[in-house]
Amino acid sequence: MSVALVPIVVMAVLYACGIYLMLERSITRVLLGFLLVGNATNLLLLIMAGKAGVAPIVGGGTPAEDMTDPLPQALILTAIVITFGVSAFLLALIYRSWRLAQGDNLQDDEDDIALRTTLGVPGENSTDPASDSDFGGDDITGVRTIDEAEEQAAADAKAQATTSADRGDA
Amino acid sequence: MNALIPLVVLTPLVGAALTLILGKRPQAQRFISIAALVVVLALGAVLITVVDAEGSLAMEVGGWAAPFGIVLVVDRLSALMVVVSAIVLLAVLVFSLGQGLADGDNETPVSIYYPTYLILAAGVFNAFIAGDLFNLYVGFEILLVASYVLITLGGTQERIRAGTTYVVVSLVSSFFFLAAIAMIYGAVGTVNIAQISLRMAQIPLDVQVVLHVMLLVAFGIKAAIFPLSFWLPDSYPTAPAPVTAVFAGLLTKVGVYAIIRTETIIFPGPELNRVLMVVALLTMVIGALGAVAQADIKRLLSFTLVSHIGYMILGISLGTAAGTAAAIYYIVHHIIVQTTLFLGAGLIERIGGTTSITKLGGLLKVAPLVAVMFLIPALNLGGIPPFSGFIGKLALFEATAQQGTPLGYVLIAAGALVSLLTLYSLARVWNMAFWRPARDVQGYESPLLDNVSEAPGTTKVRATRRAPTLMVVATGVMVLVSLALTVFAGPLYGYSDRAGQNLQGPRTYVGIVFPEGNDD
Repeated sequence: MSVALVPIVVMAVLYACGIYLMLERSITRVLLGFLLVGNATNLLLLIMAGKAGVAPIVGGGTPAEDMTDPLPQALILTAIVITFGVSAFLLALIYRSWRLAQGDNLQDDEDDIALRTTLGVPGENSTDPASDSDFGGDDITGVRTIDEAEEQAAADAKAQATTSADRGDA
Repeated sequence: MNALIPLVVLTPLVGAALTLILGKRPQAQRFISIAALVVVLALGAVLITVVDAEGSLAMEVGGWAAPFGIVLVVDRLSALMVVVSAIVLLAVLVFSLGQGLADGDNETPVSIYYPTYLILAAGVFNAFIAGDLFNLYVGFEILLVASYVLITLGGTQERIRAGTTYVVVSLVSSFFFLAAIAMIYGAVGTVNIAQISLRMAQIPLDVQVVLHVMLLVAFGIKAAIFPLSFWLPDSYPTAPAPVTAVFAGLLTKVGVYAIIRTETIIFPGPELNRVLMVVALLTMVIGALGAVAQADIKRLLSFTLVSHIGYMILGISLGTAAGTAAAIYYIVHHIIVQTTLFLGAGLIERIGGTTSITKLGGLLKVAPLVAVMFLIPALNLGGIPPFSGFIGKLALFEATAQQGTPLGYVLIAAGALVSLLTLYSLARVWNMAFWRPARDVQGYESPLLDNVSEAPGTTKVRATRRAPTLMVVATGVMVLVSLALTVFAGPLYGYSDRAGQNLQGPRTYVGIVFPEGNDD
């Protein structure tokens, strides 16, 4: 099996950037990392198809060894659809998390905080001004304080409850 | 008979579509969801009878011949898994229905619950009957995406936080799996499991090991095997009780099922068996130690879940028919019992208003039936004879002792110790929540509760002092099923044994997919 070098290099760069982003605290960057890793994996599938060739249409008089392997492309299509669906879900998750906590940073597990306190280990401060959140706390972006956000969430929950009550159970 | 196979996946998918359309009519949604799962259970019962009597079935979807088209394979293991998961899904659905009716559906957005639940079911069934590595991946993705929605149901802060961990970890495992498929395709030029197994023997051993490890990491994350299990106790307990029950019962077992297929058909060689044994040991011990330190029942049960995955991996790692058979029986036992325990925890939460054993007390007087229904599966999981946990562990230890390796005896000792630790932590739950009089809870001091840690975040549940009948009935049925595993242990173990024989080397499986013996 002979493969071109360029797709392999591109794949490696995509993987490296994607994994770097997925290790970030901000969920938005995790999403971007997820997209990059997804594309890198799709590229890996494409590389595994081997040498590029003509479209695999039987009856055109083309010998089989000149055709491209079509199966990885079918697999990539499926993988793209799955990535698409999952990124839509992740976006909803990010939005919800932003509504609830004013930022999109991952919250520390309370167990971890407790353990950190008992061991006396300094932890990362997620409210650090130099933090890498994409949602800064400035007025221009219209980000509300946590209390406001919670009030809003409570109002939402109430509205939702009313709606489902209206919908009725019978 | 082959025509029945795709129906196992199609029925819940059609049901999901219908329930989504009928989003504003909860009554119709409930009816359709239950009907779809009853149909699958009936199909599974037919399949298990046919497969056991007449041999395994393979269905070529769309009539495309085996290595080119998608194959659905039902052998003894698949049929058994389909039946057991249908039982569990049905019982949990009835339980959640009872909970939803009691809550007036305020807590959970009912209109998407049923479709998502059915899609989860379709994904689980698809993974069990896939005869194609990529179809297995699609099955995994279907059930994972449905599980993302279910674990963040309602979108409260705690669930979003736990859900994010779960989603990101699952995404990583999916990419491992997809990359492994790509590399296996590059190495052997096919994604058909039977054909991979035929061609894999011609691949250099070092390449085989790389592919093997990649698949194991992908499935290991899903099955929550020790170094990859950190996410599970963190994310499962925050979901609604029925969701946690079905996740705990089924989702990790789909990972274990995939590991069985990997170890017996794709890579039947013994290269990684010792590694798996060590991993099984660590999974058992560390999970059990985690369980001992928890005060929250749901978290405690999540840790016992991790620890008992270790037993199944032990059975698989032996690489013998006896080991695989014991692992299969243990999977069935564990799916039923772990789900029952989580449903029991749901009932405790409902009656007591919390799941922390430091705050519960006096439930034996309030709900004696629930006390019995929690005690039986607790003793069962702890491996007290004559329950199925004892039978399963005995079979595993026997299969391990047959090999007679020093590491095997270490594992037997660890397994016995872990079952004691499980029994200890569950007996403590029962003592504190049920047996301890309610008036003693304030200012109660005991060395038993000295070093337990509470769950992060508090879940607020309205204590009703009386569990809704439907929830109790669903849990009761699961308890009866778990008792049936003991009563019918003979036939069931015989069946597991035959399933294990089928998986002794890849020849039987390849014979199902390519009956004429031509692989190319």
